[in-house]
Parts: sequence; C-alpha cells; structure tokens
Amino acid sequence: MKIILNEQQLAITIQRLTHQLLENHISLENTVLIGIQPRGIYFSDRIVQQLRTLVAPDAIHYGKLDITFYRDDVRTGLHELNKTEIPFSIENKNVILIDDVLWTGRTIRAALDALLDFGRPAKVELCVLIDRRFSRQLPIQADWVGRPIDSIITQKVKVYWQEKDGKDEVALL
Amino acid sequence: MQLSTKHLLGIRDLQPDDIQLILDTATQFKEVLQRPIKKVPTLRDVTIVNLFYENSTRTRISFELAEKRLSADTINFTASGSSAAKGETLLDTVNNILSMKVDMVVMRHSASGAPHFLAKHIPAAIVNAGDGINEHPTQALLDAFSIRERLGSLAGKKVAIIGDIMHSRVALSNIWLLKKMGAEVTLAGPPTLIPVHIREAFDVRVEYNLRAALEWCDVANVLRIQLERQNQPLFSSLREYSLAYGVNKRLLDSLSKEIVIMHPGPINRGVELDSDAADSKQSIILHQVENGVAVRMAVLYLLAGGSTKP
Repeated sequence: MKIILNEQQLAITIQRLTHQLLENHISLENTVLIGIQPRGIYFSDRIVQQLRTLVAPDAIHYGKLDITFYRDDVRTGLHELNKTEIPFSIENKNVILIDDVLWTGRTIRAALDALLDFGRPAKVELCVLIDRRFSRQLPIQADWVGRPIDSIITQKVKVYWQEKDGKDEVALL
Repeated sequence: MQLSTKHLLGIRDLQPDDIQLILDTATQFKEVLQRPIKKVPTLRDVTIVNLFYENSTRTRISFELAEKRLSADTINFTASGSSAAKGETLLDTVNNILSMKVDMVVMRHSASGAPHFLAKHIPAAIVNAGDGINEHPTQALLDAFSIRERLGSLAGKKVAIIGDIMHSRVALSNIWLLKKMGAEVTLAGPPTLIPVHIREAFDVRVEYNLRAALEWCDVANVLRIQLERQNQPLFSSLREYSLAYGVNKRLLDSLSKEIVIMHPGPINRGVELDSDAADSKQSIILHQVENGVAVRMAVLYLLAGGSTKP
C-alpha cells in the first residue's frame, strides 16, 4: 500500500481546487456544483464547505446526483441506490461535476446522461480528486484534478474520509 | 442488493427485506417522476409483454407507463381480439410470445394461480398483475408505499380493510404485506363477505361493525364490491350494503380522530364510498395511483436487474 495523499496534503489539495474553481467562476454567478453519489459526495461536501468561507453561502448552488439508473451494466447486477437532489434549474448554467476518482470514465458518461435529463446546461466541467491516467475506456477528461496518478488496472485507489472511514487519506492498494 | 425471488407472484413469497427494498427503490423512482424529463434509460434492452386476460384500466396503464419511463420496449396483449379467443392455451400463447425474445411477462388472469402455473414452465420473469381472487401484489405494495408516505412507517400502524374481503385479491395481498411489515389489521364487512377462518389464518381482527372498525384504525382501505365475482347474492341490495358499510364524510367527521382513506379503484361511488369522502382531504386515492407507477418501476427494475449475471 502506498499513501498518495495524507491528511494534510488532502486538505491543501481541496483548498487549491476550491480556489481554482472560484478563480474561473467569479463569485459563482451562473455556476452550480453537483456531486456524484455515493463517494463523490464526501469530496464535494468538502469543496462546498471551503467555498462557504470564501463567498456568500446563498451564492452556492449545490446538488447531488445518483447515476444508478443510467449505468450500462444493470442487467449484470444491481447497485445500491442513493438520493438525487438537484433543487434548482441547470438550464443554461455552468455545471461543475464533482467525483472522487476518475478511472474508466463510465461513471462520468452516465452522469452526463443523467444531467441532461434535468435540462440543458451551458457548459459542463469535471472536477476530480484523483485522476487515474491512462486507464480510460471512454474519451472523457477532467478539467480540474487534485492529483493525477499512474496505476495499473489490478491496483485500487481508495479514498478515506473522516466522516465515513475515520481518517482523511488517499491510498493506492 | 437483489430480491430473493425471480418472479413477483404474490406478497406471500416475499421476505420483509424484499418489501423494504421495493419500497425504498420506489422512493428513488418517485423522484425521477418529478424531473423535467421523467424517463431513465435503465431497461433499454428489456422487452416486456403486458398480458391481460381480464379487464383493467389503472393497472394496465400504470404498468405500461412504468415500463416506458424505464425505457423498456413493451407489447400489449388483451385476450379479446387475440388467438386466445380461437382457443389457444395460455402456455402456447406465452411460449409463442417468448420465442420473439421477450424478457418479462406482466400478467393478469381471472384464474387464481395462472401466473404460478406459468412460472413453472417458462424462463421469463413474471409479474402478477392480479390473478382471480388470489393476489394483486403491486397494489398491496403501492398501498404500503402510500401509507408509509403519509404516516412515516408501517410497523405498528392500524389498518382496517373494509368490504368484500372474500372476492378481493387486493385484500389478500394487503393482509400478507401488512402482517409481514408489522402492522395491525382489522377486516370489516358483512359476515357473508368475510371468509370464515381468516381470523386464525392470518392473525387479524374481524369486525362486523363499520363504526367500530373506523374508530380503531389509522388507515381505512375501502374495497370495491366485486359484483362480477359473486355467483350468488351475498347481501340483499347495494342500498342496504351502502347503509351498513358505506363510508361517508358524516361518518368520518363523527370519529374521534382523522383517519386516512384509501381505495384501490375503481370506486362504486355511493356504494362502498361516498363522493364527499372519496374526494375529501383525508383521501389519498389519487396519491395511490400516482405512487403505483413508481412502485411498478421499482418491481420491474429489481426483477430485470442482474438477470444476466455471469
């Protein structure tokens, strides 16, 4: 096992990503953030937490998206369902999709399909904590990356969160 | 995450966990139905035949909508106007349809046990949409979903099922489900419409006085008088039935608490339920219909999912 990000590095990375998002979406006017269920939510919660210290809280539009119904592997097995909560219109908005690990790209493909059922955004960007480069099965890339890593398919990236797993850490298993 | 059965033949065969899973899944589908685009691509590659050997409005439309909202391909079969009228057997009809690569069968039949028979002979998953006087599982599930939505949970809730228990598959499925989920059940109606040994068979209460049943319950599920299934008269007239067992607003207002009114439809207005009660704020009849689509989506999704697991 190799630690990719320890607690302090993880905090700094989240801080950096938050500032980058803000730098490119001045005061979040016309921008909404959508975390992908289930594990992307821990990451997006942290970003939103940071944003609240930097902009007026009511300027932040934050939603959660469950992509289970859009997966391409329903017939081979069912997955746990989670709540979708998008209490605002995404029509003509800049949407920032947030997930913890970008790997094959299939989750993001499903998320894009799901998102379009809520309206027609002006633009969609992708923000991920870990980008497992060179392992994509679909032509999908992130706009904002916490840490790119090179890994082989048999390896696993595990993101631990204090709220869920009792510690903040990213490890390569 | 998977149901313990391959078919939905009746609530009788389900575990409490299965019921919980279906209701929780339906909650997610209800959210889908409130989106600008009320459709998900989940069952894109699934073909479903709706096999209706008996008349239906709500159930057939509800299943068809559920299938379409899930992006499944659907075929509708009604007995009249088909080769069933020429004497083709049920099994032959279904095997012919299945040979055209159909994955699931939703069926309603006037013979109790017809879907159980079919389940023994065909590979496709079967959803029972009502068989004779046996079960109507998706109705019981949507009733449970509606009660849960209004009252928060099923456990410990008091539900009165009122009217024609004898001929009602809705009643039987509801009793199975409510008992499995820890609710209390009272059956109320004229003695001729309540099966003799049902009290011992299901551990339910039986009450012949309507007012007493309504005073006791949190929810009253009023059933339709099924004249088409009665071979001999079991009460003297509809008017007499209505006087003794008809639920109306005056009666509801005279109770010590406000109860929830349900009805599986179609309502015989003025017989088992008066218009002023059916259309009152206490009634969740139209919510039941709305929830029906979400519950049926959940059932179809859970049965289709994982069906080709390697």
